[in-house]
Amino acid sequence: MNGIHDLGGMDNIGPLNIEQDEPVFHADWERRTFALTLAMLAAGACPVDEIRHMSELIPPADYLRFKYYEKWLRGLEFMLVKKNLVTDEELESGRAEAATASLEAAAPETLQHIMSNRLPAFAAVELAPKFKAGDAIIAKNINPLGHTRLPRYLRGRRGEVEMDHGVFLLPDANAHGEPERPQHVYGVRFSAQELWGEDAPAGDSVHIDLFDDYMDLAEQSLA
Amino acid sequence: MANSSHRAPPSDAQLRVKALESLLVEKGLVDPQVLDAIVDHYENKVGPHIGAKVVAKAWTDSGFKARLLKDASATLAEMGFTGMEGSHIVVKENTDKVHNLVVCTLCSCYPWPVLGLPPNWYKSAPYRARAVRDPRGLLKEFGLELPAETALRVWDSNAEIRYLVLPRQPEGAEGMSEQALSEIVTRDSMVGAGVVSLRQ
Repeated sequence: MNGIHDLGGMDNIGPLNIEQDEPVFHADWERRTFALTLAMLAAGACPVDEIRHMSELIPPADYLRFKYYEKWLRGLEFMLVKKNLVTDEELESGRAEAATASLEAAAPETLQHIMSNRLPAFAAVELAPKFKAGDAIIAKNINPLGHTRLPRYLRGRRGEVEMDHGVFLLPDANAHGEPERPQHVYGVRFSAQELWGEDAPAGDSVHIDLFDDYMDLAEQSLA
Repeated sequence: MANSSHRAPPSDAQLRVKALESLLVEKGLVDPQVLDAIVDHYENKVGPHIGAKVVAKAWTDSGFKARLLKDASATLAEMGFTGMEGSHIVVKENTDKVHNLVVCTLCSCYPWPVLGLPPNWYKSAPYRARAVRDPRGLLKEFGLELPAETALRVWDSNAEIRYLVLPRQPEGAEGMSEQALSEIVTRDSMVGAGVVSLRQ
């Protein structure tokens, strides 16, 4: 989705505000919003890709105006209603009033486990990689209406594959409850000049991790 | 004050979260005990002090540094520094020729197990917009002017891989102990938005 969340490369978006000695949370509602979101993810309410997409659905003016955890809260509310775990009326009243879908709450041990153990996100399938280090690629010019992790600023640009990170699940499918699409993810280098033109510093670069579906071999794209 | 806006409570978020929490507890979707455990973990247990320990160890133990740069996920997991948003970590080393900077242009991905939760500036629209487009200008706002001959590499962490910068050890810090070194490593230096210096 070409939404406001896809911010890379935008100009005039406001001053950078660096807070000295910033606390982890600024208010109790931030703590609770963060914890409720993690608890619902741990209970399996949805994949993390889906809740990321929920925040992307916040209207642009609100997205820029909201504090960070307001975006989380709105995304969590969207997700819970979408999954029929709560209703809009219940969000309003704060009371259970309707027969909704059920889900077993995540236990404290589950949270301790996922917060402190290495749980690799690799997909459990063997797949031949489509690209290898050194390949010249072009990021696809795709404009899906749903979730994607291919930012706009790269589309149509030429890069070079630097490494293969292994096989992960494509967020574009995961965020929408579609069948899983395991693919290789590669570290890809784009020169700053390729992205921003000749005025950009010659030696500078942007590096990003791209799925198989996000790119073509440069030769193929030119054909 | 420029930062006061972070503290003003949003009109209804407080009430909405309170209502949501009691609703989810009443429905049996959330165990209230886990909420306190989550907050405690991210507010009191993890944070940049962990990344600082890793950096100090890398500065004083070349074997460890080599393992860290080769396979940070496994090396950090062996030390117990792993978990959500940090099962896949790559460490990028700053040198006299290369400076690394980390961003997540699409949201706010950050290596939680080694740095804790990100500061507001990292999650803010201006940082996310400019880190890829005008990273040198952005770094100046952090007080860091990179020499033209230094290659600047920006890491946009858009997939499951999280990035940690291994900053350069400052000159004059050669004989310091690992513990003393860990105390001078800043959060910003491990994002690439700063460098480590001996000056306070």
